[in-house]
Amino acid sequence: MLRDITLGQYYQTESVIHKLDPRVKLIATICFIISLFVVKSWIGYAVAAVFLAVVIRLSHVPFKYMVKGMRAIVFIMLITVVFNLFLTPGEVLVTVWKIKITREGLQQAVTMAVRLSFLIVGSSVMTLTTTPNSLTDAMERLMKPLKVFKVPVHEVAMMMSIALRFIPILLEETDKIMKAQIARGADFESGNLIKKAKAMVPLLVPLFISAFRRANDLAMAMEARCYRGGEHRTKMKPLKYAARDRMAYGVLAAYFAVCIVIRIYL
Amino acid sequence: MSIILDHVNYVYGGDTALAVHALKDINLVIPDGQFIGLIGHTGSGKSTLVQHLNGLIKPTGGSIYFNGEDIHADDYDKKKLRSKVGLVFQYPEHQLFEIDVFSDVCFGPRNLGLSRQETELRAYAALKQVGLEDEYFYQSPFDLSGGQKRRVAIAGVLAMKPDILVLDEPTAGLDPKGRDEILDQIAKLKEETGITVILVSHSMEDVAKYVERIIVMNQGAVMYDDVPREVFKHYRELEEVGLAAPQVTYIMQALHKNGMPVQTDVTTIAEAKDEILRVLDGQMRVTEQMQDLGAM
Repeated sequence: MLRDITLGQYYQTESVIHKLDPRVKLIATICFIISLFVVKSWIGYAVAAVFLAVVIRLSHVPFKYMVKGMRAIVFIMLITVVFNLFLTPGEVLVTVWKIKITREGLQQAVTMAVRLSFLIVGSSVMTLTTTPNSLTDAMERLMKPLKVFKVPVHEVAMMMSIALRFIPILLEETDKIMKAQIARGADFESGNLIKKAKAMVPLLVPLFISAFRRANDLAMAMEARCYRGGEHRTKMKPLKYAARDRMAYGVLAAYFAVCIVIRIYL
Repeated sequence: MSIILDHVNYVYGGDTALAVHALKDINLVIPDGQFIGLIGHTGSGKSTLVQHLNGLIKPTGGSIYFNGEDIHADDYDKKKLRSKVGLVFQYPEHQLFEIDVFSDVCFGPRNLGLSRQETELRAYAALKQVGLEDEYFYQSPFDLSGGQKRRVAIAGVLAMKPDILVLDEPTAGLDPKGRDEILDQIAKLKEETGITVILVSHSMEDVAKYVERIIVMNQGAVMYDDVPREVFKHYRELEEVGLAAPQVTYIMQALHKNGMPVQTDVTTIAEAKDEILRVLDGQMRVTEQMQDLGAM
């Protein structure tokens, strides 16, 4: 049961987007999200849609995976749309039983819906084409300047990759412990909130002990291989920009420029 | 107190591209009081199979009957089933969590709703059954040695007083002395109480020494189901699927091939010793007779 939760949603396939440096994808996603709030006209959203569609096409990831992320926010979307639709003051278009739908409300609702969906799909493109570890590499490289301010960039990145690495292992361990306790008659389903919370003790205590034990073993293994932190530490596969990354930056800059122009003149 | 598996099938990850057909048409009868060994290579379906026996996993096809009742029927009490079919997982010491050893062993019977007195009586008896000394009863389970922790975990299941005890690789990670201790304890328990024991193991020696019936799993299906003597006769086929016969069997085969007329279906060291002595004794007698004849 717990094994069915696929973590990170990396979709393995060959594509131009997959081969891009993860820093490019990270920065591009951030820029894209910002652009969604920069443009305010229909033309702007159309441009964003075209950009997104092209990127999706280039990524060779089946479209249905893009919309999987939407499922998580269906509820929020619904609330946002409903509230904007019915509670915005302005020029009334339709009245349903005392509830007014205004033109402004309709505009707001649609805008919000479009922004939210593009945001989700845009981020999905990134997570579908980039492995969690490349993302942490990208973040480590991008945050490097912060080292000047004594921010422990390397340590944070290392913690993130280790955590990512251990999530599936700990999930499996949880499953095993749960089954072992159920075999002893434990009940994780029935009872009120308090009873359920108490029932978690035979699950959480062994899990924490297991996590600490693994952390200890991992630390010893890393030390035994001369790990001393980030100082002078080299990478086996350092991130290097290739021609296609520079082109991607170019395209990104052009897109962003177009968005700004649309905002100013339209 | 028997378990019947009828055309049991299990598929992991049902309709995804990664579906694994872990159990293929398993038909088994586990009668009362048998000592069974379940062997198979890694991934052969042993652990999946044993988790079906106490209802932790529901088969995707087929049925399982405990004492004639379908355990996946709507109104069947699985909690009660688990008190009758005790399952000890691999590395069971990872499930210990209480403040002290005694409380941890009480967890099982308490979940069954027994009175405090009955719970404590059972916990005490179970700890004695696994041979743990009194002085450890009120220590934290995390302060014990690996072998002791394991015994506490097994006691935790024994305190439920199951009719059938299933142990998944109880000797994993233990040194030879620890292994012998645990297995001897289990054999003793079986003799004293007559419970059914199913031992899942990788070690042919362990299995051959104690069990009266061996079930060999291969790629999710039952390959052999017979007494140890018969199963280990197929040692070549066993080797092909990543298993082996006990070392002793190989020795006897080698002796036989080199001209010593020993029986080759021996599976334990004790049997081997007796058989070798028997043959040597016979040869000695023949030699003496010949000497006598020669002297005449």
